[in-house]
Amino acid sequence: MNWTWFHKLASPPHFYRLAGRIAPWFGWPALLLIVMGLYGGLLLAPPDYQQGEAFRIVYVHAPAAWMSMFIYGTMAIAAAIGLIWRMKLAHAVAAAAAPVGAWFTFAALVTGSLWGKPMWGTWWQWDARMTSELILLFLYLGLIALRASIDDRDRADRASGVLALVGVINLPIIHYSVYWWNTLHQGATIAKFGKPSMPWEMLWPLLAMFLGFTLYFGAVLMTRLRGEVIRRERDASWLREELAR
Amino acid sequence: MQTPIAQVMALIYRGDLVLAFRRWEQIAQPVVFLTMVTTLVPLALSPELGELREIAGGVLWIAALLAALLGLEFLYRTDHADGTLEQLLLSGQPLALIALAKTAAHWTASGLPLVLVSPLLAISLGVPADALCVLMISLALGTGILSALGAVGAALTLGLRRGSVLLSLLVLPLAMPALIFGARAVDLAIHGEVARGPLLLLGAMFVLAVTLSPLAVAAALRISQE
Repeated sequence: MNWTWFHKLASPPHFYRLAGRIAPWFGWPALLLIVMGLYGGLLLAPPDYQQGEAFRIVYVHAPAAWMSMFIYGTMAIAAAIGLIWRMKLAHAVAAAAAPVGAWFTFAALVTGSLWGKPMWGTWWQWDARMTSELILLFLYLGLIALRASIDDRDRADRASGVLALVGVINLPIIHYSVYWWNTLHQGATIAKFGKPSMPWEMLWPLLAMFLGFTLYFGAVLMTRLRGEVIRRERDASWLREELAR
Repeated sequence: MQTPIAQVMALIYRGDLVLAFRRWEQIAQPVVFLTMVTTLVPLALSPELGELREIAGGVLWIAALLAALLGLEFLYRTDHADGTLEQLLLSGQPLALIALAKTAAHWTASGLPLVLVSPLLAISLGVPADALCVLMISLALGTGILSALGAVGAALTLGLRRGSVLLSLLVLPLAMPALIFGARAVDLAIHGEVARGPLLLLGAMFVLAVTLSPLAVAAALRISQE
């Protein structure tokens, strides 16, 4: 098997151009899917028989919550690659992904709270999912803060990598203990809407939004990675030539 | 001829303890902090023992976690400042086991005093005598988990400006599962129920933290010394 393509990924000039070329391939389908999903979800799908129109926030909420976990996983894998093979670009991926993940987590929390107001009658409920999402936000903030407070870039990369791995091991433990804690204290006060299988007209916009958000992350990641490469290689001569073109 | 690692660990453990007991105020501070936070609770809420008993488990656990955080930043700071850490790295001994010995010493000097003083505070909050044993076991495991996780944080933030605030930010979310099960176990015991389930889970977390965190500490220490 030919591994040249893989080794070429580690070369900043090659990757810088590649990321610039890939980004639109993520970006345009993402835009299309999100517009389709929003139209289908907000206008075409019928209102829920229990929750009425308020259920429509799920079209933003669920994909955002999915992204918050997906990005943490991406970051941990990138950090592991960076630590094991000392690949600087993998660390750059982790650095570029962290703030995006934190914002998606924040978005999931805000939309969850907006949904909670009409459903539970309160902006915040110590519900298992919201609590573990909040702890996830703390983990993201810790990572970003650690990276920001180390000046030496190489040390910042590797220290955040170790922290990301520690976090990803703890994530399932935190998740399940919060669920256990919650079922114990709250019982079934929140009538979790008995989930009948979603009808197709409700489901397809949701799937479109999931895919759209994931592709959007791909596009943002590529763009942020280009910025990250510029910051890391600011003294390199290839970059001066590249930017002068 | 290398010194056997068991001997190295014993020497490090003893050395750290000697140093800790020579500066007894460092040992006393977390205990005083825990006592003061516990005193704040009746003042802020109610002197009624029946009401205090209801929240005693949670209060003692939160106060103990915060108290145990206090000393964490000193875990590697002096070794880092005077070059001992470099010597440990160069010694050729397995760094993870050295880190384990240092964590154990840190727990003995900071976690154990909290465990020993906790029954007194618990009685002052109206906790029945039957529950004291569960309280001490849960706190012993909990402070152990915090020392193990905190060692990772301490190694990662070594030599950073405002490292101590960052350290709490990194360690507290990771310690939340321990808090859930620990406080729950104490709560069950206060109400005269069997606390075995949460205690066993807490024990499992302790074993996991003690086995895995020294590896992360070793990696973090290597990173900090490059």
